[in-house]
This record gives sequence, structure tokens and C-alpha cells, in this order.
Amino acid sequence: MMFDDLRDLYQEVILDHGRRPRHGIRLAAFDASAKGDNPMCGDRVQVFLRHADGLVAEAGFEARGCAISVASADLMAEVVAGRSDDQIRVLADEFRDMARTGRSADGDAAMERLRPLAGVHEYPSRVKCATLPWHALLAALDGQGGASSE
Amino acid sequence: MNVMSRPVALDVSAIRAQFPILSETVRGKPLVFLDSAASAQKPRAVIDAMVWAMEHQYANVHRGLHWMSERTTESYEGTRDLVASLINARDRHEIVFTGNSTGAINLVAHSYGRGMMKPGQAVVISAMEHHSNIVPWQMLRDAHGIELRVAPITDAGELDFAAFEDLLRDGRVGLVSITHMSNVLGTYTPAERIVAVAHAYGAKVLFDGSQAIVHRRVDVQALNADFYVFTGHKLYGPTGIGVLWGRRELLDAMPPFLGGGDMIGSVTYERSTWAQVPHKFEAGTPAILESIGLGAAIRWVQDIGYDAIAAHEASLTDHALARIGGVAGVNVIGRAQDRGGVVSFTVDGAHAHDVATLLDRQGIAVRAGHHCAEPLMRRLGLDSTARASFGVYTTHEEIDALATALVRVREFFA
Ligand SMILES: Cc1ncc(COP(=O)(O)O)c(C=O)c1O
Repeated sequence: MMFDDLRDLYQEVILDHGRRPRHGIRLAAFDASAKGDNPMCGDRVQVFLRHADGLVAEAGFEARGCAISVASADLMAEVVAGRSDDQIRVLADEFRDMARTGRSADGDAAMERLRPLAGVHEYPSRVKCATLPWHALLAALDGQGGASSE
Repeated sequence: MNVMSRPVALDVSAIRAQFPILSETVRGKPLVFLDSAASAQKPRAVIDAMVWAMEHQYANVHRGLHWMSERTTESYEGTRDLVASLINARDRHEIVFTGNSTGAINLVAHSYGRGMMKPGQAVVISAMEHHSNIVPWQMLRDAHGIELRVAPITDAGELDFAAFEDLLRDGRVGLVSITHMSNVLGTYTPAERIVAVAHAYGAKVLFDGSQAIVHRRVDVQALNADFYVFTGHKLYGPTGIGVLWGRRELLDAMPPFLGGGDMIGSVTYERSTWAQVPHKFEAGTPAILESIGLGAAIRWVQDIGYDAIAAHEASLTDHALARIGGVAGVNVIGRAQDRGGVVSFTVDGAHAHDVATLLDRQGIAVRAGHHCAEPLMRRLGLDSTARASFGVYTTHEEIDALATALVRVREFFA
């Protein structure tokens, strides 16, 4: 394949979700929201959450940034739906570990979905692109207005 | 007698052989280093001079009555002479060593801005400044009641000269602090004209020469400037040393910036007096080894000669504008007539960081982001650009490699 040398980081899932995010919308009704800002590179994301029955019913985001950050935000919005805030906090920890080390525990369906982003661990300057939406998500859960990735 | 004119052609392979790092490979590919505007690589002469000093001739300067200190002081002060000759300063005492360009601008913002400007006066910068020529003036504005005015640029990325002059008309501008060459757009500003107009309205002029001095000869007397700053690490020298040149009468009149050792005449608990310039502005143990490295870098640049450097880089820049601008879906940002070896671009459908990472995978180092010029990015309506920048060691083939790699990037994101 012609682009084999470029695929380790930019897997098809990332290109696809980076180009055509499914959840890249400001929710019409939301009860939690926060902005994330990466001052070093100018990436910006705002996350919106709507809760129902103690779980996140729906997540959306608006982002200006690279393919990695947009794809990460989109996959994040997908996997957090249907989970409680506490479950999401655990997932966020696991995701940040994976982004830094490239490793994640097997078996968890959500982490499987996020695994294409593990490639960023080899690019220290890009790790924060992948984690920025999660910083914003945690800030939204904690009722803070914003987060900054490092 | 028939005098041969100095050849302006540059033997790039002989120059490259002097840069040990250029024979490194990155991700299994020969390094194509197109990020010299962020910091240049170092020739053997600079590396060896610093190592030699540490191995053979090192002590603190200006304070030891022993052989090692005297020799090291000679080296340190020798670099001051080299800088004075590099920029054609009238008087070696006009050369102040700082940590970098940022340190030099902060020195002027403090000592000239707070020390000699009156609240109600104004500073003019341009819309294409590096953050280091924006933030110190904001701090001066907020602490000292100085107005900050921003001269606009045209869509081509050149100073809007008429608008610039309008900002000076009320006579309240004490200082124009402006880039001599943009690190994003490559634009050289019309320095002589800027000085002539600023002086006519009673304003002093500081040039941020961080980029400009790398590509062309700078003559501060011909420019008729009041201050000129640059940073050693972009001029093939080490990090940690920069230069402020200022007119002697201004430096003499300005209060010191940092207080401490080396900058005093005498100290009692009641009061201290200041040393003469430049030492008044060089508090504490200076960047001794770095000054030795900078001296070696200046000698090395002068041996090659600015005529040859400028000709080589002009040819590289023309080639880059044609090759990079010729890739479908790649947009060169900035179309100034007078420009140096920096080319910023965007790629349709791809964010600059993704472009940089994909180029890196192909062994090509470029910078991507806002280039410490966020307000300029906003003016251009962009979040970020990718930027290729050139040095004496850059080859036309490296630019061809970039163009070929950009075609792949486009296809990858198509
Ligand atoms: C135009 C310009 N001004 C100022 C600077 C700041 O240089 P330094 O970080 O060495 O102080 C740079 C480089 O980063 C630059 O390109």
C-alpha cells in the first residue's frame, strides 16, 4: 500500500472520523459543557453533555483542530454515551494512560474503540491533541468551564 | 590591475560537510531540516570553539586577576568586537549581550520604556510581530500608561505604510518596535523608510532582527536605527545568548534593567552606582561559553559572506515559492515582494499539525502552528500554518523533496 509508512498514526478510523465526525455538533439541549484549549498549538474544542437517568444520554462537540483531535473527540463522544460520570472518569484515566504509553487493558469494548489512537504515544507532541477533548470532558463533568491541556 | 570580484556561488556540499547533524538520519531517512527559522543547526567551528574553551581556557570574566580569567575575558569581549563589526556599530560599547532577542526587547521595554517614556506616549508595532515583540509592550502599557498601536499589513503581507505613518502623526509615539523580517510571512520591512518617517515624527526605532540578520547583511548605521536586536541560536550560534545594539547616547541615558554583580560602579547599603555601558546592562555572570560560540558563528558567517548567503537563499526561496506553490491544494501564505528564506503554507483539507507529522514521517522537519504570532494568524484568518525555512545548508533538492512529500500529503487526505 502506497501510504503504509504513514498509517501507523493515521489509521483509517482516524482519517474517517477526523474528516466526517458523527458527533461534531452543539447539542440543542445540554446540561454540562466545557471548553478545552491547547495554547501551544491553537487547538480548541467545546464539549456538550446531556444527562438522563443518571447517565450521559448524548455527547457532542465543536472543534477546531487537527485530524487527531477531531477524531479523538468524535470517538470519545461515541463511547461516553450510556455511561455514568464515574464510569467516564475511569475511562478517561485509561485513555490518557493509553495515549502516553500505547498500552491498554484488554477486553473493554470502549477502549477497543479508542485503540486506533494509541499510536500517538510515539509522537509526544501529538499526545495532547488526542487528550484535549478528554480534558474538556472532565472539566464539563466537574462543572468547570474550561480546561487546558498542559 | 584586474581585481576578481568575490564569487557569490556557494559550495553547499562543502558547507553541509561542516554540520555534523546533517548526516543524521530520522526515521530511517536522511534528515531534511527545513526548520532553521526556529533555530539553526551548528557548524563544526561553533561546536569546537565551545568545547575547546571548556577544555583549555575557561574561568569567570571581568573578576579574576589570573591568567584563565583574563584570557576568557578577552574571548568574551572579542565577541563584542565581532558583533560590532557584523552590524557595523560605531562603538563596541553599544553592544549589550542578553539571553536572546526576547531578553533584549524586554530590556528596552523596561529601561527605555519605563525609564524614558512618559505615560500618554505610545509604542507602535506591526500586525506581523512575534509574541516577543508584542507582550513586553503590553506589559509596559499596563504598568506605565503607554498606548500600544498596531500598524496594519496588506493582504500581500507587507506593512501598510500609509496607515503606519498615520499612527505617528499626532507626535505621541516614542518608539516604533517592528520586525525587520517576519518569521511567518518572510516579509522584509522597508527599514530605511520606517526610520526616516519615525524620526520625522520624533519616534525612536527598534528592529527585531531575529530573522533578518540570518539572511542579509545588516548595517545599523546605514539603517540609521536606534535599537537592533537578534538572537544567537538562529545565526548558527548557541542558545542562551542574544544581542541588543543601541545608540550610545540612548544606552547611557537609560536606567539599568536587572541589578546585581558586574553592573555596578560601587555598592553601599545607602546607594549603588552603575557601571558604564555595556556592563550596566549585563548583570550577573554572562553567557560566557555561548559568547565564544557566537563569536565563532559570526566569523563563520563572515567567511562565507553575506553576498553568497543572500544569493543562495534568494534562489532557494524563489525555487520554494514555485515548487511548493505549484502543488495543487497547497496555498503559500504571504506574497511580499521583498522576502527572506521562510515560506508558510496551508494544505486544503489538512490541518497544519497533520501536515507536519506526515512530513516528519517522510524525514522532513517543518514547523507547524501559530509560530508565536497568534494575532497575525487571526489577521490572516487562520489557526495555524506549516512553515518551511531555509539556511545556508539548505539545498534545492530538499525543497524538491518537500514538494514531492506534499503531493503525498494531499493524496493521503483526499
Ligand atoms: C521574528 C522573531 N522575533 C523574536 C524571536 C524570539 O527569539 P528568542 O526566542 O531567541 O528570544 C523569534 C524566534 O523565535 C523570531 O522569529
